[in-house]
Amino acid sequence: MSLDTGSDLLSDVDLTWVKRKELLFHVLLFSAAMFGVAMLALLIFDILIETAYGVLILGIDVGTFLTSGASRTWEQAGLLPAIIGSIWLVFLTLILSFVLGVSTATYLEEYAPRNRTTRLIEANLTNLAGVPSVAYGLLALGVFVNGFRMGEILLAGALALSLLVVPIVIVASQEALRAVPDGMRNGSLATGATRWQTIRGVVIPSALPGIVTGTILALARAIGETAPLIMVGAVLEARSTPDPTSLFGSMPTMIYYWAFRPVTEFHNLAALAILVLLIILVGMYGLAFFVRNHYETRV
Amino acid sequence: MSTDTDHGLEITGDVADDQRRDRRIRRFLFGCTSITVLTTIAIFAVLFDNTWGFFFDATFSQWVRTSVLNLGVEGLTQRVSFIEFFTDTEWRPSHADDPRYGIPTLLAGTLLITVGAAFLAIPVGTAGALYLSEYASVRTRKYLKPTLEILAGVPTIVYGFFAVSFVTPVLLRPLLEIFGLSIGRNNALSAMVVVGVMTIPMVMSISEDAMNAVPDELRNGAYALGASKYSVSMNVVLPASISGVFASYILAVSRAIGETMAVTLAAGATANFTGNPLAEVQTMTAYMVTSARSTALVGSITYQSLFAVGLALFLITLVANLVNDYVKRRYREVYQ
Amino acid sequence: MTMATNETEETGGRNDSEPLISTEVTSSETGRGSRADETVLETRNLDVYYGDEQALQDVSAEIPEHKVTAIIGPSGCGKSTFLRSINRMNDQIDVARADGEVLFHEKNVYDEDVDPVALRRKIGQVFQKPNPFPKSIRDNVAYGLKIQGKEVTDEAIERALKQAALYEEVKDKLNSSGLDLSGGQQQRLCIARAIAPDPEVLLMDEPTSALDPVAASKIEDLISELAREYTVVIVTHNMQQAARISDKTAVFLTGGKLVEFGNTNKIFENPDHQEVEDYITGKFG
Repeated sequence: MSLDTGSDLLSDVDLTWVKRKELLFHVLLFSAAMFGVAMLALLIFDILIETAYGVLILGIDVGTFLTSGASRTWEQAGLLPAIIGSIWLVFLTLILSFVLGVSTATYLEEYAPRNRTTRLIEANLTNLAGVPSVAYGLLALGVFVNGFRMGEILLAGALALSLLVVPIVIVASQEALRAVPDGMRNGSLATGATRWQTIRGVVIPSALPGIVTGTILALARAIGETAPLIMVGAVLEARSTPDPTSLFGSMPTMIYYWAFRPVTEFHNLAALAILVLLIILVGMYGLAFFVRNHYETRV
Repeated sequence: MSTDTDHGLEITGDVADDQRRDRRIRRFLFGCTSITVLTTIAIFAVLFDNTWGFFFDATFSQWVRTSVLNLGVEGLTQRVSFIEFFTDTEWRPSHADDPRYGIPTLLAGTLLITVGAAFLAIPVGTAGALYLSEYASVRTRKYLKPTLEILAGVPTIVYGFFAVSFVTPVLLRPLLEIFGLSIGRNNALSAMVVVGVMTIPMVMSISEDAMNAVPDELRNGAYALGASKYSVSMNVVLPASISGVFASYILAVSRAIGETMAVTLAAGATANFTGNPLAEVQTMTAYMVTSARSTALVGSITYQSLFAVGLALFLITLVANLVNDYVKRRYREVYQ
Repeated sequence: MTMATNETEETGGRNDSEPLISTEVTSSETGRGSRADETVLETRNLDVYYGDEQALQDVSAEIPEHKVTAIIGPSGCGKSTFLRSINRMNDQIDVARADGEVLFHEKNVYDEDVDPVALRRKIGQVFQKPNPFPKSIRDNVAYGLKIQGKEVTDEAIERALKQAALYEEVKDKLNSSGLDLSGGQQQRLCIARAIAPDPEVLLMDEPTSALDPVAASKIEDLISELAREYTVVIVTHNMQQAARISDKTAVFLTGGKLVEFGNTNKIFENPDHQEVEDYITGKFG
């Protein structure tokens, strides 16, 4: 054994085996931690390769792709109506989920008495956050599309997405409201402000960066959601530009449709669409991190 | 001084207006809050109502309406027997002559993929969490954690595409060929891989939180006894944080059960009662999205079957969420 | 000048009527000419509980107008609770409950028909830790005016800032954030915020304890000035401060009892109670 450097005092301690095991363990844990990173790299690599193949070898025209609608032939197929659909969906979801989410969080943090009912509402929220997204699709299908006879319109999809992400907005807003020091509230109340004046004048402005960050992240979740939209009846082959009261498609449903087509060129279209979606997502995450780092240090 | 003679403390004037507005706003905010409760109730009600319509010839609400109107117990014709639904191992609702509705088929698909994903996500996630909490330098953590957030933020449809365009043809097929096995474009194995990958961040971050909550005194006590990092990780940190780690597993499993787009693209649309990971299977969620398009006819049995499967899914994830809640509460008690 | 008001009538069961010595109080510069002390605030047999715990026991005190009344005592004796029960900030604490009366111009503030919001528009408060809002200096001062539906004018803001002895330091940066000021400036901003809507009473809860000595002494100087316009009630753990700035002193000792209440000179030079003397001389507390 390697005892040549050891002094007499420590000569009876043989750590060789321990050290080997330690090293092996370290390597194992490191690989596990890096596994996700590697998969993410592979995923991005795959999307880039498929896109590059589509654009460079097959000759998909990016200009056409970004300015036209779905088509039977892959050469003329494009993503524009789906992009517009997604923008509409995110916009409506933003309004609905922001109002609903921030209001609920404000009630729970600033008004609600600490009693059984409040605890039940909060337990229900945790549960809602864990309900699979398809279930929200079924809810919208049963209630909005067929119950209220809205039809398979964009607004119904936006409602499904809003209800889906509201728990995320609520939890993020609650955290932001909780981070506002009580001294701020007391300062306002002692000036003779009502609770609402305090909330509007002091609490919400201080919590706003956190609320905004949480909302952007929730919207990033919404823009990639596919299943609820399919349940609501999104048009898979989005050909014309939608508005809130028309039939609609979205980027993820378009990707789903193209990925399922037997003609492999459509898979490259799907990859290109994914690339567009991922770029938008990166933008949203960047914005969220910017808001978080730039404004949140103030308070 | 505005009012010297009068104490002016009564609820009148400007203050009264402000207070009235405060109460109005409070009512509005409470209204918004109750929508969250209403959502849960509505999900359950819609699922239950249409599930009733799946088993019988009218939805629950229709049945209540007609029997109340006729003041007699309307005879209910059962379309699908409970025995068939719970025990049949065939699921072929669109079969023209002999449609069969055995949820075990879809359940098996969901279970197969969930178990497979768990076999990937749990060990990798736990080990990764240990690395983050015990081994990683501040610098590594600084880069690794946002990367995990991104991994968790990739839309599931993208994972589905990744499964069919990369995992199956590039990773799995060549690997399996070595053993003389072959797989098709859609297979359970690729779904297991991608669902496992997408749940790793969840296991990792929640487990790491639990591990970080382990007080340093415990670690130092073990180090002072001459323990190696390995021994501290495995014999001190992991056991001390086990309930939080366990909670992350439940959450990941619940997420895997409800996962839809990735499994739909990866595992396919053929309901198969099988435990073979190389086969094409259909999960409960995949059935719902693939059939939603073909069921324009409201009230048809296929339409109602979506809700029946949805109800089953809802109840399963509800149980998972409740268990998670329970574990989390116990875990809080331990550390505070 | 300082007419000897009758002191504590009953304090925690002890009945000690004080010798009514008329003392000219050092720092009381009653700017509005001589005028008899009028009682603005009076508590009668006030008990405050937090859940099962009693924080104030049978406190009766009369607080004179346009004077500085200091509340001293060891920590946990209920000083801050006393202050918070005056403007009903205790309402914010779910488990807090008050028995007895707090009379503001002879009106019990705990009466059914009293709105705490209306009350707080007449009784302002400054807190231990400076708590400016994350807004501009101007908006901080304007805040009270705005929420109370009063007109926000540059003069009003300037006046409040001048009264708070902050104007000269910030007049060129009224639009910069209140959080950018130093601790002492922040506290003076909070004072400006509290007095801008012109309350009658100003409650101060250890306003200098979070500040360095220089900033603290600035605020001390300010407090005497403020007494010209407002009735000031200040909680402090610093006995020298109480001696320096107050006209009247209330000594709370453990258990939330008001043990002695009287002219500051008297309390510090010749208190009636042995425990008060022990506390003031540092033998206890």
